[in-house]
Amino acid sequence: MEHLTEIRWHGRGGQGAKTAALLLADIAFGIGKYVQGFPEYGPERMGAPITAYDRISDYEIRVHSNIYEPDFVVVVDDTLLHSVDVTAGLNTKGGVLINTEKGRDEIMPLLKGYEGAVYTINARKVCMETLGKYFPNMPMLSALARISGIMEKDVFFMEMEASLKHKFEKKPEVFAGNMKALQMAFDAVELISGPADGKKVNMSDRRVA
Amino acid sequence: MGIKERMSGNEAVAYAMKQINPDVMPAFPITPSTELPQFVSSYIANGEMDTEFIPVESEHSAMSAAIGAEAAGARTMTATSSAGLALMWEMLYVAASNRLPIALALVNRALSGPLNINCEHSDSMGARDSGWIQIYAEDNQEAYDNFIQAYRIAEHKDVMLPIMICQDGFIISHGVSNIELLEDKDVKEFVGEYNPEHYLLNAAEPVAVGPYAVSCYGMESKRAQAQAMKNAGQVILDVAAEFEKISGRKYGFFEGYHLEDAEYAIVAIGSACGTTKDAVDLLRSNGKKVGLLKVRVFRPFPGKELAEALKSCKAVAIMDRCESFSANGGPLAAELSAALYQARGSARVIKIVYGLNGRDYTVADARQVFADLEEVAADKNSNTDEYRYIGLRE
Repeated sequence: MEHLTEIRWHGRGGQGAKTAALLLADIAFGIGKYVQGFPEYGPERMGAPITAYDRISDYEIRVHSNIYEPDFVVVVDDTLLHSVDVTAGLNTKGGVLINTEKGRDEIMPLLKGYEGAVYTINARKVCMETLGKYFPNMPMLSALARISGIMEKDVFFMEMEASLKHKFEKKPEVFAGNMKALQMAFDAVELISGPADGKKVNMSDRRVA
Repeated sequence: MGIKERMSGNEAVAYAMKQINPDVMPAFPITPSTELPQFVSSYIANGEMDTEFIPVESEHSAMSAAIGAEAAGARTMTATSSAGLALMWEMLYVAASNRLPIALALVNRALSGPLNINCEHSDSMGARDSGWIQIYAEDNQEAYDNFIQAYRIAEHKDVMLPIMICQDGFIISHGVSNIELLEDKDVKEFVGEYNPEHYLLNAAEPVAVGPYAVSCYGMESKRAQAQAMKNAGQVILDVAAEFEKISGRKYGFFEGYHLEDAEYAIVAIGSACGTTKDAVDLLRSNGKKVGLLKVRVFRPFPGKELAEALKSCKAVAIMDRCESFSANGGPLAAELSAALYQARGSARVIKIVYGLNGRDYTVADARQVFADLEEVAADKNSNTDEYRYIGLRE
């Protein structure tokens, strides 16, 4: 069976959502997938809401529209929950992953009754403990790998290691910090609502959906 | 052997530029084409290219410098978008009429206003009568392949015209996806060296470039230029056939997708065609005889060939990602409608404007267009004079 997984990222300009989306496309390409990673630009300024997308597929991708019915949504900044309908069109067999320090009681009322899996991660904590600076995109990418099951854990870490080693060739300490952040984030994801087996759900063949 | 990679459209075209390694690139940055001169500058800094990069103070100067370099005998390229192309306007005509085979990588973007950085074809469509060859791409692969074919077409002795290789801003230019690249040596061998017949730096043959033409000669000059554009058609096909030998990828004036037996067809340009293909597959699986005609070459305009490809259709939607404010539809719709009339085509035509200022075009939009076509074909009295918008908020 051939599959297509669609992911939508919500972030604010400067948080690296686009970079993470492109990096995910990059590593999925590395394991032989067809990929699309692309940003949607609104007004370009630091802090403005931005959206980025990934399609990861076993067959050639020809569609060039944005993603309206994603399988997974990543929210890099929880202040967006007040202004953006992040679960719009989201597959109830998939899930939403939110970077937040808040608990279930504060988050759930903002999700408009979404019935799929809701995951949270405190990416700020991960960042401060591993990088000493707040760059939430790497922890979010790792947490997404965990909940989406796009690739096996060891494959994900192997691909990320290769990719980051190349990227931070001249900054070995940044490379080490990022790898630590990825590992810590992978284990720090919490399921706060919905079915826990989201990652095991086979996404339907969307080619003729 | 092709190299499997993942790249954005801008990365892909910059990579083609690196492989071709032209002599001169004057450029001025503008979103979303800024990355092109940026990548080329990095390649030069890293010693991977030895192109002479000229940072200029405006796009008018970029095209002027390109004209100077090309007239001197140097293989020249530049890149721009939107307002950048608009500022080149005067010089676009000078480049074409002086028969200078400059290659311009255009990343299509809306013209103001409202001020907008996203995709629209209004920039290149506005320049459709400037005498430049125009070739459009559906995705990063085609943008790359088209750029590699550009100089072979432009520099052909029967052509000698500048060429615009267009890709959709952001949708293709900033979207990363799979691509197959050619080996450097295959590209170099395919593109070859530039040996202009006449050029300014040839001391043995002094020539004038761009002189005044009195009325008794000017018209002949224009007629010769028009002939060159006519000749470009066959050259485009010949170069595509040779390109297929090194790449395995087939190109022509257009691509038909399930068009042979299609009763209803969408005609479009650029990235919208990929999205339309998905809609065609969906509808075909439900037994609908629908198809797509993707226009690759807009200048020269292959009107006869396009009309021939649509001859079995009951109804055709001609789609423009451009509002030409003619109050009669976009440029593709106007020119193809005329071609269909000349070919005594029997298909009913609806003219559609879509995707302005980066408005998304979806599979659902394409399905709506096909549904509209069925409706139009069923009702002989339906009004198809008015052009329509799709994807408009109501």
